This record gives sequence, structure tokens and C-alpha cells, in this order.
Amino acid sequence: MAEAFKFELVSPERLLVSEQVESVVIPGAEGEMTVMAQHAPVMTTIKPGVVTVKAAGGKEDRYVVFGGFADILPSGCTLLAESAVHVNDIDRADLARRIQDAKEDAADAKDDVARSRAEQFLAQLTTLEGALLPA
Amino acid sequence: MASLKDLRNRIASVKATQKITKAMQMVAAAKLRRAQEAAEAARPYSERMGAVLANITQAIGGGGDAPALMTGTGRDDVHLLIVCTAERGLCGGFNSQIARLARDHIRRLLADGKQVKIICVGKKGFDILRRDYGSLILERVDLREVKTLGFVNADAIARKVIHLFNEGGFDICTLFYSQFKSVISQIPTAQQIIPAAPASAAAATGNGAAAVYEYEPEPGEILSDLIPRNIAVQIFRALLENAAGEMGAKMSAMDNATRNAGDMINRLSITYNRQRQAQITKELIEIISGAEAL
Repeated sequence: MAEAFKFELVSPERLLVSEQVESVVIPGAEGEMTVMAQHAPVMTTIKPGVVTVKAAGGKEDRYVVFGGFADILPSGCTLLAESAVHVNDIDRADLARRIQDAKEDAADAKDDVARSRAEQFLAQLTTLEGALLPA
Repeated sequence: MASLKDLRNRIASVKATQKITKAMQMVAAAKLRRAQEAAEAARPYSERMGAVLANITQAIGGGGDAPALMTGTGRDDVHLLIVCTAERGLCGGFNSQIARLARDHIRRLLADGKQVKIICVGKKGFDILRRDYGSLILERVDLREVKTLGFVNADAIARKVIHLFNEGGFDICTLFYSQFKSVISQIPTAQQIIPAAPASAAAATGNGAAAVYEYEPEPGEILSDLIPRNIAVQIFRALLENAAGEMGAKMSAMDNATRNAGDMINRLSITYNRQRQAQITKELIEIISGAEAL
């Protein structure tokens, strides 16, 4: 069995997960990454996506996060999410609303930088929706 | 001298008031527990955020690429004050304490010839500040419709503030709220959020043994994402502390009111009984003297 490390998933409202885990898959801003024990210290922003947590017991849990950042140390990993929910509790209407907001943002963007950022965010959200639909 | 009937009415009305204050106290106690839980649940996030921010500031080392939100504009001519108070009264000196702190601050700034702008969060602070500094108030954020305070509420305020900053609307932003120490003690606090107070730098030296991080994307980019979020988190924390503080203050204010009402009922009852006894004695004397006269 792989070595376990401490993983914490925190949203501004509450602490969602705080447990010993084997591995965590994080949707990093520059690509997905799997974090295991003794990982080199990395700090990365995350994009909207699914975090897969494999607990020390082998049980897998999935959480949907909407942006934030992760602080990875050899001794543990802390994920500060802007908002996070368990995959089973995801509210489709809420997701649809976020996509709608993102679309409006993209349409309202004043300059190219803002527009490309908004469009990128929108694309991430739609990918996320696509990934969740069969679930 | 009030008649017996008047006294009876008074007692009945004080009793009714006592029932109301008692109920309000119990409601406040229940809400306090929930608000306290919410404040505690939010604490890990802001703590981690502070630690991460301290680390990253250290990594950048005050280099030129730190965003303006952190370093400030280099001037301190225009001050923005975010005054967070409660939406409702009947909570003792809670609102006026925050407002007084803000007012003293405003007076000092104006005396120094600075320009002051105010954003009021919550109705009560707005009502108090409007009297003296109505022309300085930019905006009033109404949270009355909000049942449970969410991060989105704080985020909306933070967005407005950052937007204003980017437009060059102000140089320094200070947040006024009440720190929740305990049920009986709330401390009105002023906290500078833009540019980020040097407190975070002190925290950075605290854990000097911080690991050398790899950053993905660049530290500057992470930082520019992090700082606005940190402002939202600070505001969120202030709002939550305020909510807990308000309920605490309301609880003790209502507890006092209930006790005062009890004292008043006791005093009134004694007066009532004395007067009743006096009347009975008077009637007896009348009867007896009437009988003797026969």
C-alpha cells in the first residue's frame, strides 16, 4: 500500500475534507496532476474541475471545485477552493447558472485579455459539465 | 398617585415586554450558536490563506512584479472605509461602537486633509454615519435579505472594492468591523486591507523555515489571483465575526432588558400590594368608625 499523507479540502464556508489519503488528483491550471506522499513543494492555481481523493482505506471520493489553489508539501496537501461540493451533491441548476454567468462575462469583456480569460473559464466550465453529465 | 387599575395595567404591560425580550434573547442565543459555528468553519480557510500568502510574498521578496493591490499606489490621499455593521438594532452598543470608531477615524483623516469615501455594509452603520458624513458615502450594501451569509456576498463587495481601486478611486482601504472575542465582549476593529497590511510580512518571518516552492504558473500570476481572493476572504471573515458579535451583543442586551423588566415588575407589585393594603385598611377604619358612631 502506498504511503499516506494528509489532505485538506477547504472552502471559505467550511472544511470539507481532512484525512489521510493515498493520492489526490488535482485539476491544476496547467494540467491535471496526481499528488502522492513526499511530493515536492508546489503551489498551483486550480481550474474548475473534479478532485479525486483516494483515501488511505482505498475508498475513492470525488469533489467538484470551482477554482482556487493548492499548496502541496511533502507532508501534506491543502486545497483552498473558492467553492467545493461533493460530486453527489452537485446542483445542476447552479452549474448551469455559472455557465450562463461566464457566457455573459465573455460577452461583456472590454479588452482582449479579459475576453480570452472569460472564454477560457467558460470552456473549463463546459468541460466540467460534460464530464459530470454521465455521472 | 396612580390608581390600582393603572398599576395593574402597568404590570401587565411590563410583563408583556418581558416576554418579548425573553423570546428575543432565546432567538439570539440560537442564532449566535449558528453564527459562531459559521465563523469557526470559515477560520481554517482564512488561516491557510494567510500562511500561503506569507509564503508567496517571501518568495517574491517584494520584487517589482507584486501587484498594486498589495503594494498600494504609493500615495495615501484618498481613503476608502468599509464600515460593517448589523442590519438590525436592539443589540446594545454594538453598532454605535463600530460607527464611533469609524467616525473618529474619518475625523482624523479629514483633519489631515485627506479625502474620505465610505461604503456601508449594513443599515445601522449607514443610519449613524449618514447624519454627519452623508455626502461621503458612496454606497450602501444591503444584506437584509440574506438569510445565511455566504462567500458570494463577501465576494460581491470585494469585487466592487477592487474595481474601484483599479479605476484609481482610492489609495488605502480600511475595513471596520467588530471582532468577536466572546459573547459579552466584541471589540470594534479597524483593519487595513489595501494595500495588504505588513502583518502578513511578520507572519512570513514567523515560519522562516518554509519550503522552497515550485510555482505553477509563475508566482506573480498566482499572487495576482490570490490577492483579490484574500480581500474577499478578509471581508467574509469580518462579516461572519460581525454576525456572531451582533447576536452576542443582542443576547446580552436582551438578557439585561429581561432582568430590568423583572426588577420593574417586582417594584410595581410591591407598590400595588401596599396600595391595596392601604385601601383595605382605610375601608375597615371607615366601617369601624361608622359602627362606633352608632
